[in-house]
Amino acid sequence: MSEAARESRRAGRLTASPAILLLFIWMIVPLAFTVYFSTQNYLLLDPENRGFAGLENFSYFLSSSSFLNSLVTTLELVGSVLVITVVLGVLISVLVDAKFPGQGVVRMLLISPFFIMPTVSALIWKNLLMNPVSGLFAWLFQLVGLTPINWFSDWPLLSIIIIVSWEWLPFAILIFVTSLQSMDQEQKEAAQMDGATPVSIFRYLTLPHLARPIAVVVMVEAIFLLNIFAEIFTTTSGGPGDATTNVPYLVFTQALLEFDVGTASAGGLVAVVLANLVAAALLRVFGKSLTQA
Amino acid sequence: MKKSFAARTAFGLGLLLGSGSALAATTLTIGTVNNGDMVRMQALSKTYTEQHPDVELRWVVLEENTLRQRLTTDITTGGGQFDIITIGAYEAPMWGRKNWILPLEKFSPTYDVDDLMPNVRKQLSVDGKLRALPFYSEGSITYYRTDLFAAKGLKMPEEPTWTEIRGFAEKLHDPSKNVYGICLRGKAGWGENMALVTTIVNAYGGRWFDEKWQPQLDSPEWSQAVNFYVDLLSKFGPPGPSSNGFNENLTLFNAGKCAMWVDASVAGAFVTDKTQSQVPDKVGFVKAPRQVTPKGSSWLWTWALAVPSSSKQQQAAFDFIQWATSKEYANLVAKRYGISAMPPGTRLSTYANAEYMKATPFARVTQEAIQTANPDSPTLKPVPYTGVQFATIPEFQAIGTLVGKSISGALAGSSKVDAELKKLNESVQRTIKRAGYIK
Repeated sequence: MSEAARESRRAGRLTASPAILLLFIWMIVPLAFTVYFSTQNYLLLDPENRGFAGLENFSYFLSSSSFLNSLVTTLELVGSVLVITVVLGVLISVLVDAKFPGQGVVRMLLISPFFIMPTVSALIWKNLLMNPVSGLFAWLFQLVGLTPINWFSDWPLLSIIIIVSWEWLPFAILIFVTSLQSMDQEQKEAAQMDGATPVSIFRYLTLPHLARPIAVVVMVEAIFLLNIFAEIFTTTSGGPGDATTNVPYLVFTQALLEFDVGTASAGGLVAVVLANLVAAALLRVFGKSLTQA
Repeated sequence: MKKSFAARTAFGLGLLLGSGSALAATTLTIGTVNNGDMVRMQALSKTYTEQHPDVELRWVVLEENTLRQRLTTDITTGGGQFDIITIGAYEAPMWGRKNWILPLEKFSPTYDVDDLMPNVRKQLSVDGKLRALPFYSEGSITYYRTDLFAAKGLKMPEEPTWTEIRGFAEKLHDPSKNVYGICLRGKAGWGENMALVTTIVNAYGGRWFDEKWQPQLDSPEWSQAVNFYVDLLSKFGPPGPSSNGFNENLTLFNAGKCAMWVDASVAGAFVTDKTQSQVPDKVGFVKAPRQVTPKGSSWLWTWALAVPSSSKQQQAAFDFIQWATSKEYANLVAKRYGISAMPPGTRLSTYANAEYMKATPFARVTQEAIQTANPDSPTLKPVPYTGVQFATIPEFQAIGTLVGKSISGALAGSSKVDAELKKLNESVQRTIKRAGYIK
C-alpha cells in the first residue's frame, strides 16, 4: 500500500470515528446498566432491600418453569412463521412472476400488509376476523352450519402464528419477486426447448436461483421474529396460562407486572444471548449460500 | 432593520404576556383510571376550577394496568410527574409505610373524617393515620335475573352457598337461547380473576399463607375451590370465559345473557341504568356466595386519591382530593347524574340518607358487603397478612399475576388443576423465600 493510500485511510478512519464512538455509547450505556441491574436485588416496590445478588437473578429466571416454556414458545413461533413465509412466499412470487393483466396492482396488494403497524393488524385480526361471536370467520363458519372456532382460547399460539405470518409474508414476497426479475430468461427458454416441465424448471433453475434471497429472508426475519411482542400484548396477553408467552413477553411481565428490575434485566440479557445463538446457528446453516457468489 | 427589531420585540413581549395571563398559578397533574366514576370526576371538576380560578388541572386518564405501571415506576424512582394519584387499597398502606405518599391530617372543618366507613378507613391508613382518601369502595355481591328465576320457579336465598349457585346455574343454563347459567371473571390478573377466585377459596375455608408464610395452594381447600370454579364456569358459563374480565361480563349481563353474575357491587349502578342495560328492572341483588364460611367470601376494594411526597404543590393537591371525596361532591353527582350514582361505599351519611336507600336497590347489599369484609381478619384460619382478596405485601402482584395466569389457563382447558396448583405452590414458595418471609 502506498504512503498516500495509507494516509487517506487514516483520515477516513479519523473522520468516521465520532459517529462510530457515538453509536458505541448509544449501545454500551443501556447494556452496561442492564448488566449492573441484573446483579442487583431490586424490586421497585421494595427499594430498601436493594443489594448485590450475584447470579441469583439469573438462576431465578432460568430455573422458573415459565422460562423453558417461553423458550419453546419463542422457537415454535419463529420456526413456524419462517417456514410459512418462505414456502408461501416462494410459491406466490413464482405465481405473480408470470405476466398477466393487473400484475402491478396484485403485487401492490400483496406487499401492503407489511406497512400496517403490528398493533393495528393484531387488533384487526382479533376483533374483526377471529372474534368467536362477531368476527368474519365466525360468520363464515355459521354460514355453512359449523360452530365458530374460539381462536384465542382454543388455538392461541396458532392464532399468533397466523397473524405474524400474514404480516411478514409481504416482506418475503418483496425479496423473492425482485430476485426473480434478475433470473436468466435465456436459460429458462433453453430448458423449455429441451422439453423440461414447469416443475423441473422450478426445481432445478428457480429454487437454486432463490437460494440466496431465501437465506436473506430467513436471517432478517429470524432477528425480528425473536422479538415479537405487540401482537401478543394486544391479543392474548401471553395467555391463556402460559400458552403464548415468548421470551420478550416474559421479560415484560417481570419488569412491568412484577416490578422486578433485577430479574427482568437478567432475562433481557438471556434474550440477547439467545438471539445471538439463533443468529449464529442460522449463519452456519445458511451462511454458505450468502458467501457463495 | 431597527423597525423590524422593535416590532419583533413587541411581538415577543406580547406572546409572553399573552401566555402568562393564561397560565394558572398552580397546575395539578392527576393520574387516574378510566372507570366510569373517575370520568365523571373529570367532568365535574369544572365546578372546582370555577371556585378556584388559580388552579389548573391536567388529567392523565389511563386503563387500570397501564396506570399502575406508570404510577409505580414514577413513584418508586422519585419521578415526581404527578401531584395527585389514584391508587387502590393494595398500594395505599404499602406506599404510605414507605412514605411515598403523604400522611393526611388537618382536614377542612366541613370534611367530616369520622363519616368515612371504618373498614374503608382501616384499608387506607398506616398506624391509624389516613394516607389516601376513599373515592369509592366496593364489595362483591351476587347479581341475578329475577325474571329467569321466576320463570323456572326458583328462589334465590339472601345468603346463597356456592353449591346452591351451581344448582341454579345448571337449571338456568340455556345456550340455545343465548342465556348462560353464570358469568364470572376468567381473565388473568391479580385484580381480575384472582379477586374472585380468592373469595371462593376463602369461602371454602382456604387462605393464601399460613401463619409461618408457607403458601397454601396445595391445600385441599384450594383444590376444592379452584376445581369447583373451573367446573362451574366451563360447564355453565359463556363461551371463552378465560378472556372475560369485569367489563366483558358487565357487557354480557347488560345484554341479558347471564342468569347470574358475582362481581363488584359498583356494577349495581350500571346494570340498573336504563341507558346501558337491557334488563334494568329485572335484576336482584344478594350477598356474595358463601360455602363453609361467610368469612372473606366478599372482597373489599377501595379506589382512593393520594398525594405523592414528590409533589411540589402538596397543599393544593390535598385541597382537591378533599373536594373530590367530600359530601359536597357526592351531592353534585346526585344532582347531575341521579341519586343512585353517588360514589358508593365510602361514607356512612350516604347510607343514612333515606332517599338514596329507597332509590338504590343494591345499596343495602353493598353496605353489608363492605361492613362485613374485614381486611385485618379476612379468613377462617389465621393469616399473617392483611387484605381480603389479596395480601398487602409487595410481592403479591407478582404472585397474583402468576397464579391468575395459570388458573385462566386451566379454565381454557390447557392444564389439570391439581397438578397446576402443586407447581404454583412451589413457585410462590420460591418468591416468598427469596423475599425473606420464610427463613
